[in-house]
Amino acid sequence: MSGQRVGLAAATGALIARDLRLALRRSGDTLQPLGFFLVVTALFPLALDPQLSLLRDIAPAALWVGALLSSLLALDLLFREDAQDGALEQLALCGLPFQGLLLAKTAVHWLLTGLPLVLIAPLAAIALGAPYEAMPGILSAVLLGTLALSLIGAVGAGLTMSLKRNGSLLALLVLPLAVPVLIFGARATALAIAGEPLAAPLYLLAAFTVFSATLAPWALAAAVRIGLE
Amino acid sequence: MNELTADNLQMWRGEQHVLRGIGAAVAGGECLQITGGNGAGKTTLLRALCGLIPLEAGRICWRGRDIGQDLAAFHAELNYLGHDNGLKADLTAAENLRYAAALRRRVPAQDIATAMARTGVAEAAGQLLRHLSAGQRRRVALARLALTGGSLWVLDEPGSNLDASGHTLLLELIEAHLQSGGVAVVATHRALELPAAQLRSLTLQ
Amino acid sequence: MAWVWFHRFGSPPHFYRLATRLTPWFAWPAALLCLAGLIGGLVLAPPDYQQHDGFRIIYVHAPAAWLSLMVYVVMATSAAVGLVWRMTVAYAVSASCAVIGASFTALALATGMLYGRPMWGTYWEWDPRLTSELLLLFLYLGYLGLRNSIDDVGRADRASAVLAIVGVVNVPIIHYSVIWWNSLHQAPTVMKFGRPSMPASMLVPLLLMLAGFTAYFVALLLIRARGELLRRERNARWIAEALGAAATGKV
Repeated sequence: MSGQRVGLAAATGALIARDLRLALRRSGDTLQPLGFFLVVTALFPLALDPQLSLLRDIAPAALWVGALLSSLLALDLLFREDAQDGALEQLALCGLPFQGLLLAKTAVHWLLTGLPLVLIAPLAAIALGAPYEAMPGILSAVLLGTLALSLIGAVGAGLTMSLKRNGSLLALLVLPLAVPVLIFGARATALAIAGEPLAAPLYLLAAFTVFSATLAPWALAAAVRIGLE
Repeated sequence: MNELTADNLQMWRGEQHVLRGIGAAVAGGECLQITGGNGAGKTTLLRALCGLIPLEAGRICWRGRDIGQDLAAFHAELNYLGHDNGLKADLTAAENLRYAAALRRRVPAQDIATAMARTGVAEAAGQLLRHLSAGQRRRVALARLALTGGSLWVLDEPGSNLDASGHTLLLELIEAHLQSGGVAVVATHRALELPAAQLRSLTLQ
Repeated sequence: MAWVWFHRFGSPPHFYRLATRLTPWFAWPAALLCLAGLIGGLVLAPPDYQQHDGFRIIYVHAPAAWLSLMVYVVMATSAAVGLVWRMTVAYAVSASCAVIGASFTALALATGMLYGRPMWGTYWEWDPRLTSELLLLFLYLGYLGLRNSIDDVGRADRASAVLAIVGVVNVPIIHYSVIWWNSLHQAPTVMKFGRPSMPASMLVPLLLMLAGFTAYFVALLLIRARGELLRRERNARWIAEALGAAATGKV
């Protein structure tokens, strides 16, 4: 066995490729959160008077709550399986910065849950009568919001990965921390759909996402290391 | 100069005083064999040696330096094989090895094929791990071990699920590793058949 | 020199003795301060111009709310100290804070709702302060839930410390995002008590209650932390000596 040591970039590339391949192989597990999102957002109008005006008011809220809940669903799998078959241990012991590797796994979670939402959001917005000029705003809001959700959720997943499979504790840990995303994201989306300027909530959301990206790597590595003990 | 020393390791797991002042020293070309009954703390000791579990007291030194000072460098030379194989059941054997190598060092594709041939799983290269038997999966794990190398091998019951030829293979791999100056720490139920000059023993109560 | 003091403080037997000695010094003043505050607030202070006697619940609500936040900060800080310096005492303090803080939060919520009923007409109005208190309660419950679900005490300590640190950093963000959210539709803020606009006869009992609640928290924390240390260190030798000394009345 020979060859030079691998750098972090190449290793994260291999890790992301591996996780995506695994997600493809287990397409059922991967598509479930998406299906859940569609079901949840479809339920809201069914529970309400089907007048378009009311739906338009509710839509951003339903979208974001649905995004939050489906993100939670996918989080449980993020670290649990790797922890159980020893693959996470190997990752911790490979000598590369653990924070970077865990962020790569979080990125995969976002690719599988956040990215689909980013793609669906404009379509949903058009269905609700949003002007075309609102698309960049909506896309940015959903992009930033789902990134923040993945980061915060990953910390929660890391803390609960070695516990018995219990979605409610993960939800209890993650949801309060995700409140700013919900508030700013839903507000930005609502303003975009109404055609009004949404700079304020969008910037606040961006600030929160950047803040999460700064804090999450430390918390994530600490939480997973504790879970591996 | 490869050398692993452990000094007065103390650790509690909840209420239990699992490690009580464990000390050991293994030099290059030597293998430390850790024996003890079930629940004696072999796995805990091995994982502590890897730096996965914090210790209440004691020092672990690799090449004379405390591993806590530069854990990343220590891990770069460490190769750990735990109870679980550390492989993904939904990837093929070849994919698992490629990924494991990609985390460590650049290896050409034929090295992977050679490693699989050496451990006798070449025919299973294209099969998902979940379709292989426990023994075959362990062999793939041994292939990963041989492929990714490292100066310090920490093996937790490496022979589990292996048949007689598997055990022979394991000893060959450890021997080759020791010959090249590497250090091995192995937790095992049955004694390793290695030359006495290369073997150190530690029994946990 | 300060380091020596710091590390002695972190030694369980020393902390235990200190806590036992200090508890009465916080418990009695707490009782006196709260009594004085209650008399001042419930009896002596004049009825409010607009809200008549209904505002008096603020003498319990405001200190409870303030303390719910302060206890979280203490909990997170001691957890961080425990994480960095690996101190059992710090972890014991952090664990003891959790239930106390959650109770203060629940008290603040309950009194807030009781206050809201005569003022707004409903028990709940998504007022920014109360909504923040509710989210704080969830943070406490998450901390307690995580602690309870991990069996190994050391791992529970470390995991909940990470959670507490993440939580304490997020608390101001959550609070301000809720205020921002609420400001979108100008809902009447209910707890309008700015310091300058409050006459001394109202303010003084409030400050007395605040001091009393704080002293009560410290006393309760010391008692719980002692119990927590006893539980964690029950096999250590110093326990037998400390309890033996207590039995002969020498602690």
